[in-house]
Amino acid sequence: MIEAKAVTKEFGALSVLKGVNLKVDKKDVVCIIGPSGSGKSTFLRCLNRLEEPTGGEVLFDGVDILDSKYPVDRLRQRMGMVFQHFNLFPHMSVLDNITLGPVRLRKMSRAAAEELAHGLLAKVGLADKSHVRPDRLSGGQKQRVAIARALAMEPEAMLFDEPTSALDPEMVKEVLEVIRSLVREGMTMAIVTHEMSFAREVGDRIAFMDGGVIAEESAPADFFANPRSPRAREFLSKVL
Amino acid sequence: MTMEPILNYLPALLHGAWFTIFVTFLAMVLGSVLGAVLALMQISNSRVAKAIARSYTSLIRGLPLLIQILYIYFGLPLLLGVRIPAIVAGTIAMTLFTGAMLSEIFRAGIESVDRGQTEAGRSIGFTYWSTMRLIVFPQAVWRMIPALANQFSITLKDTSLLSVIGVAELTMSGQTIYSMNFDTVRVLTMVGIIYFLIFLIVERLSFALERRISR
Ligand SMILES: Nc1ncnc2c1ncn2[C@@H]1O[C@H](COP(=O)(O)OP(=O)(O)OP(=O)(O)O)[C@@H](O)[C@H]1O
Ligand SMILES: [Mg+2]
Repeated sequence: MIEAKAVTKEFGALSVLKGVNLKVDKKDVVCIIGPSGSGKSTFLRCLNRLEEPTGGEVLFDGVDILDSKYPVDRLRQRMGMVFQHFNLFPHMSVLDNITLGPVRLRKMSRAAAEELAHGLLAKVGLADKSHVRPDRLSGGQKQRVAIARALAMEPEAMLFDEPTSALDPEMVKEVLEVIRSLVREGMTMAIVTHEMSFAREVGDRIAFMDGGVIAEESAPADFFANPRSPRAREFLSKVL
Repeated sequence: MTMEPILNYLPALLHGAWFTIFVTFLAMVLGSVLGAVLALMQISNSRVAKAIARSYTSLIRGLPLLIQILYIYFGLPLLLGVRIPAIVAGTIAMTLFTGAMLSEIFRAGIESVDRGQTEAGRSIGFTYWSTMRLIVFPQAVWRMIPALANQFSITLKDTSLLSVIGVAELTMSGQTIYSMNFDTVRVLTMVGIIYFLIFLIVERLSFALERRISR
């Protein structure tokens, strides 16, 4: 469904992605792990063109999305994204955060959008929070709202960039639980994470990124039991 | 010489104050339109638009306001071939000046909104301008209130420069009185009090707005 071919990205003289290849099939969950600064976020953001790749190809359902004529705003409606720092809209209620996209972009009626939002809030365990402002929520609650906001566009795939890294430990679980429920529903996902046990549990494949390339890609059991590359071994010895 | 009761000055001074408020208000309103256009040019993708907006702003900020006022007053009639009243020239000059200042305030306000907000908007599928309109601008506006109040007070005080081209605003009204009766200090004191009162009202208003928002 999503396929990156030899994606490169340079920031001026700094080469951050040096030819990344990755395929995420329909209903697949690919967990991207690797040391800080290896280019995980940059790569993920290239998949929905929040960052413009310098070279290579990104295919979505077989169509090259890097084509200048490709309707990138429509693409983003089909591919949800969740950020490390939630990025909720602070000037809107939780409900409005979720209904903004459906009302403005999917042209849903306000009533239908609110019904959808209430359903999603119930799903992420925040049915009673629809009318509060985001600044009244804990980090874990914010992230769950952010997930609901992305889901409200009924995307075909979801991109997660370290969804639990900014959370206090006791809130990590509630967010991972929501992501787990998406896995069960068969959502296609690419998840950048530092939660190794979670990656092992939900990932169909692990992509280990290092120095701007995917140094290793394998099934979680293989990857965690016997990583092939020395860099992956070194990385795992530090984080496990 | 017998002193006149100071309240006798009040009608003439209030008349001047009315001109001052009128010009300040117009300059703020029209300047906001100009400032918004300039700010949008600065955040747009067009290099040309950016360059024009930036050059304009730095030119206005780099020249003494007095020179700008004189330039408009004497230069514009040459350009248009018609005489323009001092109050019109003065208002144009104050608008051009205030617009440049406001564009910087708008731009800074927009840039103060976290980049993550734009990214979240775009990731949902909003276009750049929809994201600006629905997500960034509403957040930026509230943060600009103190700076806007500040600009109002600057524009208010700088309208006194219009006295050099003969606009009968507050300062000029004062000068007219004390050039005849030499009651300079008392007249200036009254002029000062009126300026300060106008300022206080705007300051209170801005505080009240800020408080409402931070609730
Ligand atoms: N907009 C940018 N301009 C310049 N350099 C950038 C930009 N974004 C990222 N970089 C650089 O690219 C490199 C990779 O960054 P990236 O955020 O993709 O790493 P990461 O693997 O996500 O790291 P982390 O685990 O810390 O989030 C870093 O050296 C970073 O400084
Ligand atoms: Mg990152």
